[in-house]
Amino acid sequence: MVIIDQKLCKGCGICVSLCPKQALALNEVNKSYYAHPDVCIHCGMCELWCPDYAIIVERESKE
Amino acid sequence: MRDELKPYFRENRLPHIWCPGCGHGIIMGALARAMAKMDIDKKNTAVISGIGCSSRATGYLDFDTLHTAHGRALAFATGYKMVKPESKVIVLTGDGDCTAIGGNHLIHVARRNIDLTTIVFNNNIYGMTGGQYSPLTPNGSKATTSPYGNLERNFDLVQLAKGAGATFIARSTVYHVNQLTDLIIKGINHKGFSLIEVVTQCPTNYGRKNKMGSPAQMMLWQKEHAVTKAQADKMTAEELKDKFIVGLLHQEEAPEYTEQYAKMVANLMGGDDK
Ligand SMILES: Cc1ncc(C[n+]2csc(CCOP(=O)(O)OP(=O)(O)O)c2C)c(N)n1
Ligand code: SF4
Repeated sequence: MVIIDQKLCKGCGICVSLCPKQALALNEVNKSYYAHPDVCIHCGMCELWCPDYAIIVERESKE
Repeated sequence: MRDELKPYFRENRLPHIWCPGCGHGIIMGALARAMAKMDIDKKNTAVISGIGCSSRATGYLDFDTLHTAHGRALAFATGYKMVKPESKVIVLTGDGDCTAIGGNHLIHVARRNIDLTTIVFNNNIYGMTGGQYSPLTPNGSKATTSPYGNLERNFDLVQLAKGAGATFIARSTVYHVNQLTDLIIKGINHKGFSLIEVVTQCPTNYGRKNKMGSPAQMMLWQKEHAVTKAQADKMTAEELKDKFIVGLLHQEEAPEYTEQYAKMVANLMGGDDK
C-alpha cells in the first residue's frame, strides 16, 4: 500500500517518473496517486525520493 | 510523513517553501532518517545553516537551530561547538554559501579538525537569488551571470577539503538517497571535521537554463554521471571528464580541536581533578 498525502504533494512528478514499476501517476489536479497497486513491489523508493514527505509505503499490507 | 520522522520536524512549518522537485527536501529527509536510525539525542544536537534555499532547512528541523548569515554557518558552528563540545553539531549549507562567501571558514574549520558534520547542498547555482553561477557551476553551464556559458574552470570541493585537512570526506547525490543516509550517519559518528557534498537539483534556476528537463530527469543525470572510486580507477581521464566520484572518499584520525582545547585548559588549571 502506498499512501500519498495530497496536502503535502507538490506534483513534481519525481515518484511517477522514477518508480521502477510505474505504479504511480498524476491525477487531474497534478497530484500523485497510487494508480497501479497491482504492479507495485513496495521497494519504498518513492517515499525516500519524495522531497515533500508526502508518501508512506506500507510494505506488509500487499495482499 | 512517517511517525518515526515526526520528532525531527517542526511539522507546523510544512509544507516547506522549496520549489516542486527541488532536491533540497530529499537531503533534509535523508538527514531526518539518518537521525532516526541513529536515535540521535535531540537535546544534544544543533543544526546550523547560512543563507540560501538550502539553508532554509533549519527552519523545518526541530532541534536547537541557528539560521545565520550568508557564508558564516561554519563560524557560528565553531562557536557553538567550543561552548558545548559535548553536542553534535550539523551544518547545512549551499554550494554558494560554503564555497564562495564561506570558503575561508571552510578551509579553517577543516584545518582545525573541529568535530562538525557539514552537508553541502550542491545544486551548482545560487538558487535563492535567481540563478547566478557559483564556484561549483560547471564550466560551460548557463547561469544568469554566465548567459553564454560559464568561463570558469571546474572546482572540486573534495580536493579542497582534503588539502585543507578535513578528516572525513564523502560525496553522494539525492538519486543515491540510501547511500546518502548512510554517509550522513558515518559523518555524524566521525570524530573530527566531516564534509558531505550532495549533488542535488535546482530545476527552477539551474535545470531550466541548462535544458536538463524535469526534476526526475535531473536525478537520472545524477545517476548517469556518478561513479564509484573503484569504477573511476579503471576509467581513462577522457571517460572521467564529465563524471564525479561518489562514496566515502577519505577518512583519517587526527586530534580534534575542542578536545585538544579542553585538555590544554585542564592542564593549565592543574590537572583533570581540579
Ligand atoms: C552577505 C550577503 N551577500 C549576498 C546575499 C544574497 N544571497 C542570498 S542567498 C545567496 C546564494 C545562495 O546560494 P547557495 O548557497 O548555493 O544556496 P541555494 O539557494 O542554491 O540552495 C546569496 C548570494 C546575502 N544574503 N548576504
Ligand atoms: S530556486 Fe532552486 S534551490 Fe531554490 S527552492 Fe527552487 S528549486 Fe530549490
